Amino acid sequence: MILVFAVTLLVFSLLYMMPGNPIDIMTDRKVSAEKRAEMVHQYGFDQPLHVQYFRWMKKIIQDQDFGQSVRYKVPVWNLMKDRIPRSVKLCGWSLLIEMLLALPLGLLAAIKKDSFYDRFSVNFTLMLTSMPSFWLGALLILIFAVGLKWFPISGFESAKNYVLPVVALTAGSLAGTLRLTRAEVLEVLNEKYVTTALAKGVPYEKVMFKHVLRNALIMVTVSVFMSLPWLISGAVVTEKIFGIPGMGNLLLNSIVVQDFPVVQAVLLLIAILTVICNLLSDIVIAILDPRIRIAIGGGDK
Amino acid sequence: MSSKSKETLHACLHNVNFMIGFFMLLSVILVAIFADKLAPFGYTDQLVGPQFEAPSAAHWFGTDELGRDVLSRVIYGTRITLKVAALGASLELIIGVVVGLSCGYFGGAIDHVFTFLTDLTWCIPGTILALAVVTLIGKSLTNSVIAIAMVCWASYARPIRAKTMSLKTMAFVETGKAFGESSAALMFRYILPNVIPSLIVMVSTTLPGTILSTTTLSFLGMGSQAPSPDWGLNLSKGMDYIGSAPWLSIFPGIALVYTVLGFSLLGEGVRDILDPHLKSQ
Repeated sequence: MILVFAVTLLVFSLLYMMPGNPIDIMTDRKVSAEKRAEMVHQYGFDQPLHVQYFRWMKKIIQDQDFGQSVRYKVPVWNLMKDRIPRSVKLCGWSLLIEMLLALPLGLLAAIKKDSFYDRFSVNFTLMLTSMPSFWLGALLILIFAVGLKWFPISGFESAKNYVLPVVALTAGSLAGTLRLTRAEVLEVLNEKYVTTALAKGVPYEKVMFKHVLRNALIMVTVSVFMSLPWLISGAVVTEKIFGIPGMGNLLLNSIVVQDFPVVQAVLLLIAILTVICNLLSDIVIAILDPRIRIAIGGGDK
Repeated sequence: MSSKSKETLHACLHNVNFMIGFFMLLSVILVAIFADKLAPFGYTDQLVGPQFEAPSAAHWFGTDELGRDVLSRVIYGTRITLKVAALGASLELIIGVVVGLSCGYFGGAIDHVFTFLTDLTWCIPGTILALAVVTLIGKSLTNSVIAIAMVCWASYARPIRAKTMSLKTMAFVETGKAFGESSAALMFRYILPNVIPSLIVMVSTTLPGTILSTTTLSFLGMGSQAPSPDWGLNLSKGMDYIGSAPWLSIFPGIALVYTVLGFSLLGEGVRDILDPHLKSQ
């Protein structure tokens, strides 16, 4: 809770310190000085930082009012309302595909350690992590949209529009999760309880799923939850390349034109989401790992 | 000592990742040093050929919308990328080491404040925080590196803090203290040398990320400004002509992937050599 508060304050003061006067952006040169002074007062830009901050927070909490966009002159919430589903769709699908591919492939790479498949997947994922998502996006557009004409270059109306962006967004995080899964599984395979289970005559598949995978998944879960915010920042780039008018594009454009209320609102949402993710990852670990559950519960057994 | 360094050298020579990464980076560094000699044209020379010429014998990588030679621009871009890598790594390192050491060594209020700050920077996705910082201090390449460093130092500070806390209680530090060494001397002459191996590993594993983040900022128009031959910037310009002139975005991208891959391989190699415990097996 304190963290959310600090993040919002940080975001707010960052933007408060930004060069450029929001009134200059809203008005043009023809507007008289008196009118401008009146508008400064009306928007509260003449108040000190903490007064502006508390007024902003109070409005959000009481009326769910994120303020007015300086540029579009409509409430910020109206701008975000249309854009959130598009970004959620993009990030959600890519997260799902990442999990569905990375976990089994990582497990396989660890089990068949040093095989051709293992070497291939390790080197291939290293290559993927070295590849900036914007370049991968450019390549995908070039091959599948320009060359083969299977998918449209940009747009957001149909499901077909989302295929390439999701692939571009998934690639980077997929590589990271796959490598982590592999490393974790290898670590667990060295544990004595795995040897014990195998020696007892527990079937191989059962050992793999009940002993190895369950223990390896703990770190993987943490990292997936922690990577959610990174997925969002990846989405900024992906949305720009593929021209999807989602939250990332909104944030980017608003920063360029210095539309402060929009930037503040978007950053606030992302910060809250991050804190929620951290909390969720703690809860999920506690569910998966009794050792940690005991530690959190104060050590009573 | 000399036998130990010989051993390390031997390990380096026999580590495939390290050697491949080393030679990839060496080639990039050589290209950057001899950019003037290698590039057939200057990176701002306009109309050295027709506009939008496809790759040909005269212009291996083609020409762009102003008739500039793409090959020359890619070659000069190596300088920018290496500058970013050097500047970014040293900034992150300095902030991370100073904060990490003082948190671990002094503990108490300093520790609380900075741990809270680290938590805070973890709370906002890096690229987005960096975007905000760049908007605050102005768009330029140096500023974007500073922004990335301000976001990334936390990943150095945390492990260094933990390491310092455990080293602080060791006998040799206590001895130094008993001899009346100052806190600064204890931190930098006694504790720091013991952290250096992990530092090298950290630098080499985070460098690819630093380069990618900075290029991303340039791609988003928040880093280098035209007419810089920055790869990220060129890629984003090239995206406008992706249908008609794909070579504008393909070649800077290949150069970027090559360099980052070189750094990643080198990082993997260094980690395997210096930190056998973390070895990727």
